[in-house]
Amino acid sequence: MPIELVKDSWPGSVRTVTIGATPEEGGTRSRSVTVGGEKALPFMHFEAEVQNKPVVAIEIKDRRPDDWSPLLLETWGEVVDDPAAWAKAAEEAGVDLLQLSLSATDRDGNETTPEAAVAAVKAVLEASGLPLIVFGPGQAELDNALLVPIADATKGERILLGICEDKNYRTIVAAAMANDHLVNARTPMDVNLAKQLNILISDMNMPLDRIVMDPTTGALGYGIEYGYSAMERLRLAALQGDAMTQLPMLVTPGFEAWKTKESKVGDDVPEEWGDWMERAINWESLTAITLLESGADILVLRHPESVRRVKKAIDDLMAVPELA
Amino acid sequence: MALSGIQIYKMLPQTNCKDCGFPTCLAFAMKLAAKQVELSQCPHVSEESKEKLSESAAPPIRLVALSANGHEVKAGNETVLFRHEKTFYYKPGLFVRVRDDETTDQIREKLAPAEAYSVTYVGIELALDGFAVESVSNDPSAFAKAVEVVHAVSEKPLILISDEPDVIAAGLEVVDGKGTMVYAANSENWQQMAALAKEHGTSLAVVAPSLEELSTLTDKIKAQGVEDLVIDPGARDFSTSLAYATQIRRLALKKNYRPLGYPLIVFPGDAGDPAQESMLTAQAIAKYAGFIVLDHFNPETVYPLLVLRENIYTDPQKPIQVQPGLYELNSPSPEDPLLVTTNFSITYFSVANEVEGSGLPAWLLVTDAEGMSVLTAWAAGKFDAERIAKDVKRFGVVDKVNNKRMVIPGHVAVISGELEEELPEWEIRVGPREAVDLPAFMKQVLL
Repeated sequence: MPIELVKDSWPGSVRTVTIGATPEEGGTRSRSVTVGGEKALPFMHFEAEVQNKPVVAIEIKDRRPDDWSPLLLETWGEVVDDPAAWAKAAEEAGVDLLQLSLSATDRDGNETTPEAAVAAVKAVLEASGLPLIVFGPGQAELDNALLVPIADATKGERILLGICEDKNYRTIVAAAMANDHLVNARTPMDVNLAKQLNILISDMNMPLDRIVMDPTTGALGYGIEYGYSAMERLRLAALQGDAMTQLPMLVTPGFEAWKTKESKVGDDVPEEWGDWMERAINWESLTAITLLESGADILVLRHPESVRRVKKAIDDLMAVPELA
Repeated sequence: MALSGIQIYKMLPQTNCKDCGFPTCLAFAMKLAAKQVELSQCPHVSEESKEKLSESAAPPIRLVALSANGHEVKAGNETVLFRHEKTFYYKPGLFVRVRDDETTDQIREKLAPAEAYSVTYVGIELALDGFAVESVSNDPSAFAKAVEVVHAVSEKPLILISDEPDVIAAGLEVVDGKGTMVYAANSENWQQMAALAKEHGTSLAVVAPSLEELSTLTDKIKAQGVEDLVIDPGARDFSTSLAYATQIRRLALKKNYRPLGYPLIVFPGDAGDPAQESMLTAQAIAKYAGFIVLDHFNPETVYPLLVLRENIYTDPQKPIQVQPGLYELNSPSPEDPLLVTTNFSITYFSVANEVEGSGLPAWLLVTDAEGMSVLTAWAAGKFDAERIAKDVKRFGVVDKVNNKRMVIPGHVAVISGELEEELPEWEIRVGPREAVDLPAFMKQVLL
C-alpha cells in the first residue's frame, strides 16, 4: 500500500539576512554569508527546498580571556594574545564567519577604550576576509561607548552588532542603521519577549532583513530545554505567518557550554564525568546540534573540534534524502 | 479516525458505576478520547462496543516495554510532535552493543563499566538501560555463548541481533522473553521471527528499506499475533533518519496510521566514528527515537547524552523545582555567610554542589522564583529585592544567621541597591555570575 507522506504547508517563511559585504557590495569581505529563507521546519527537504545552510562562527576575543576554560586557551595557544592571529587561526578551522567579543577591561584592568576596540575590529577585518559579528562586553553603557565608534569606523561592512537588548537597543540600532550594519536582538528564552524586541527595533525603521534574533539558550544540563522549545515555537510562529518572528536565529552554544562546570573544570569532579577534553567538546557540540534541530541559523562555537563535528552534521543534514 | 469523548460515551454502559475509577462514564470517556486510560478499565462494556472502541482507544504509538529483573525500559505512547505542546513521556532506552566474535574477556571488559555506570545529575541517578548482542559469526552456539556472557554481567533488558532465526532461537534459550527484543524481522524471515517472538514473549523489531514495505510487514506480523513491535526504516545518516523519524511520528499522530504506530529503533553506532555516533544520538533523542543502540561506551560521552535525554523529556509545564527555604551547606554556624539563589532545580544544584564540594560552610536561601533560573526570574520580576526580603522574613533567616552578610548572584548585581534599602541591617555582597566560581569567591572575599 503506497504511503502518502504527511507534509505541512506553511503560509509563512523566514527572511533571508546577509552578513558581510564584498568590495562590490560596499565592504571588504572576501565573501558574504546569507542565512534564513526557511519555508519549513529544519531540514524537512520533502516539504520545501532548504535554501541556505545554517552556518558556524568561532568566537574570538580582543585579548587573552580571563575566564575561559584552560582547555580552550591550551587549544588555541599563543594566538589568544593577538586578535588578528586568532582570526586567521579560526578561519583555518573552517568556519563561515567570526565573532569578536570585546572584553570589558584591558589586560591591566582598565576599562576598554573605544580606540582599542576599533583597533581590534580593524585588525580582525584585515587579518581575515570572513564576515564578522561583533559583540560588546554586555554592559549597556560600555557597549554603546564601544559599538558606536566601531560602527562608524567600519561603515558598509555589514557587521552583525550585538548585544541589542530591550533595555539597550536604541543607540546600537541607530549606529547600525547609519553605517549599513546589522543587529543581533537578544531576549531571554521567551517567544513574546523576542517578538516584542523585534517590533521595537523595526519601529526605529531598521529593515527586517538586517535583524537577526538571538533567543539565547541554556547549555546542555543547564536549561537547554527552555532554549530548544523557545526556538521551536519561534520557528513555528514564523512559518504560521507571524511577521515579527520571521528572522533567522543566532545562538551561542560555545559561550553557554564552556561556562559550565563540566567544561571548565578538570580536577575534583566526579569520575563518572570521564575525560575532560572529550566531555567539554561533547558538551559544546551536543548543545549545538540539539539547537540546530530546533531552528538555529547561526551557531557560535569556541572549539575547533566542535566546529568540525557540527559542520559535518550540517553538511549531512543538507543532503536531500530519497524517501521511499 | 479517533473518536470524540461524546462518541465514546454513547458506547459505554452509562451507569456511572465508578468501577473504572472515574466518577462518571463521561469522565472516563473523556480520558479515553485523550488516550490517557485503557478501555479494559471498564469491566462492563459490551463486546460490540469493545470491538468498535478498541481501534480508537489504542494509543497512536504502541507502548512497548522491556522488563527484566526490576529494570524496565518503555517507549511509545507519545502524543505530540513538539515537547512544548504537552511533553514527551517515555525516554528512549540507551543500549550498548557487543558482538559475538569478541572473546568472553573482551565482552566482559566492554560491558562491566557500562553495566556499573551511574551518574548523578540534579539529584537524579542516571544510567544506561541495557545491552544489545549482535551475531557476526552466524553461529547459533557462538551467539548463545555471547548472550550468556552478557546475561551473566547484566540483568538489564537485552536486544538480540541477527537475521537468522536459528541464531536468535539459540540466544532466546538463554534469556527471559519479557526483557528481550529480537532484531529483526525482515521480508525474508518474518514468519519464523514472529513465531519465535510469540513463543518467547519478546518484543520484535521489524526492518525494511521503505515506509511502505515496513507497513506491509508490520501488518502481516500483527496478523500472526505479535503486537509489541518496534520499527527501523533502515536509515543511518542524519538527513534520512530525521525525515523518516518525523514522517513516522506524523503519520501515527496526525493520520492515526496504525502500521507505523510503533516505537522507532536507531543505530547511531553504525556510523563507526564515535564523534558522529554521539551527534546522531543527540538527534535521535530530540527527534523521536524509542530505542537507541550505541557501539561505544565512555563516560565523557554517555554522561552528556543521559543529561540531554533528561532535559528533552522534562515536562515543560512543570519546571523542575526545589522547595524554597533556608538550606544548610556543610553545617554552618550562625557566623557563616548567607548565599541567595532561586528555586530552579538546576540553579539550586549548581550552587549547592559547588559549595558542598568546597567544604566551606554557608547558609543558602532558596527563594520562591516559581522555578526559574536567576536571570530568567529577574527578567520576569520573580527574583527582586522585595521578594528576597520577603523570603528572608518568611524563612526566619535572622533566627539562625547572626552575621548579616548576604551574597547575591553576580547576574543580579543591579538589585543590590534596592536590597540594601529593603534590608538595611544586612551587608549585601555581589557574588560571581556562575556557581562554579563561588568557592574561589568565598575563599577570597568572605573569609
